Amino acid sequence: MTQSSQAPLLSVQGVTLRYRTKEHLVTATYRVSFDVLKSDRYVILGPSGCGKSTLLKAVGGFLNPVEGQIKLNDIEIHKPGPDRVMVFQEFDQLLPWKTVKQNVEFALTASGKLGRKEAQERAMHYIEKVNLSDFADSLPHTLSGGMKQRVAIARGMAMEPEILLMDEPFAALDALTRGKMQEELLQLWEDTKFTVLFVTHSIPEAVRIGNRILLLSPHPGQVRAELNGHGIDTVGPTGQPLAKHIEELLFHDHERIAHA
Amino acid sequence: MREIMNDGMTNVRPERISEIELTGFGVIEKPLSTFERLMGNGLLRKTLVLLFLAGVWEVYAVWLNNPLLFPTFSATVQAFVSGLVSGKIIMATWSSITVLLQGYAVGLAIAALFTAFASATRIGSDILETLTSMFNPLPSIALLPLAMIWFGLGEGSIIFVLIHAVLWAVALNTHAGFKAVSPTWRMVGKNYGLSNIAYVTKILIPGAFPSILTGMKIGWAFAWRTLIAAELVFGASSGSGGLGWYIFQNKNMLDIPNVFAGLLTVIIFGLLVENLIFKTVEKKTISRWGMQS
Repeated sequence: MTQSSQAPLLSVQGVTLRYRTKEHLVTATYRVSFDVLKSDRYVILGPSGCGKSTLLKAVGGFLNPVEGQIKLNDIEIHKPGPDRVMVFQEFDQLLPWKTVKQNVEFALTASGKLGRKEAQERAMHYIEKVNLSDFADSLPHTLSGGMKQRVAIARGMAMEPEILLMDEPFAALDALTRGKMQEELLQLWEDTKFTVLFVTHSIPEAVRIGNRILLLSPHPGQVRAELNGHGIDTVGPTGQPLAKHIEELLFHDHERIAHA
Repeated sequence: MREIMNDGMTNVRPERISEIELTGFGVIEKPLSTFERLMGNGLLRKTLVLLFLAGVWEVYAVWLNNPLLFPTFSATVQAFVSGLVSGKIIMATWSSITVLLQGYAVGLAIAALFTAFASATRIGSDILETLTSMFNPLPSIALLPLAMIWFGLGEGSIIFVLIHAVLWAVALNTHAGFKAVSPTWRMVGKNYGLSNIAYVTKILIPGAFPSILTGMKIGWAFAWRTLIAAELVFGASSGSGGLGWYIFQNKNMLDIPNVFAGLLTVIIFGLLVENLIFKTVEKKTISRWGMQS
């Protein structure tokens, strides 16, 4: 199947995002367009200040674009909803007053998706998937950072959303744990082929996780390139390994901006 | 120099790889000694502090030897026990507590309404912040003369000043707690499509619970102080006297050990509420959740 024949699950068209701080009106992204297909591991990659997290929040519905539109299954997004579940970078995204199991269950019952009993079963199923069955009744503050992120991923996946939005979920982890988590995420994807939109500032992470990589330039974020990834660092069409190719695209911009 | 580095074996340290031992490190976990465990018990440590204070009191009072100014600890305990046996202290305490609980409960309820309004709208938040900065520093007892004109000599006036004592402290802390709820939790709540009520009860209230609890504690202490002070002012005219009245009456009769017994009752009550009720709530909630060390 060619890409053009498959209708996109998520379509972002000409999206400009602005937000207001106390002193400034900041343009986070400028006319960004891209399509995410079903079962994509779509990575948005860019340096700090390229508006990638803001873009993800807009897909989550926490922020409305000032220009352009974001559509999920051809329906425009205006507000947050359980069809787009977000996994954050912060470890405090778990509710500390609920156990691991209750955190996952809460998401399912609070959204009215499932009844109590089904929610329990579904929660345990996904907790098992992230290998935390032994910790189902632990409270979040007793877990390590990596375990907390695994619970957050289980919580997101248990919702079985149309698309899972991940905002640098492994950025606050140590390098060893991060590598392991990336591998686990890929394994989970092999299992269920969920669609994920993944934001990161790490080139190796993008190359490892993404099957499609959107490269954003900073201040404001604009699309620099959209590349294909294969889970390993393959040689790209320009004859360079992917990571090096990405690096050059980014550095080239830096030099151009410095000269201007 | 470089040559020596390269071929001189002295500078190259050998690498090493060793097997991890699985047994035989001696003790990994060893139970603490009885003394260490006893000293780990906060209740016991605090009891020791209390005993020490009682000892200092006794020694000082005996040395002072002026029962009219400063009765000994043992005389106070005696007065306290006889007050308990005769039922006078129990009656006075009961009378104080019922009024106190009414004022406290109404104060909490109004504080909840105010905070809900303040969290929902920006103007509500402005109103609450202005009101708390106006009224929180205003001593409740200063409102008592006014309250007596409005509500007459009776429980109504005391409850009014109690509400004033509780309301602002609780509202201020709860509002600050709501504002400090982590933006990530808020986004999580919004993400899962919680209804407004579920959002407040499942995200905001537990998230702000440390502050809410602090507000309730401060409100409780303010209420106690205000109540005793109001009863002292009121004493002479109010029919059924509370602890403040008990203290006032005994002072008039120069029965100083009984005055001290009244004060002791107030103190004991404060200790009990703090250590039994608030500590238990704290242990079951914010300590267990890791929101407080």
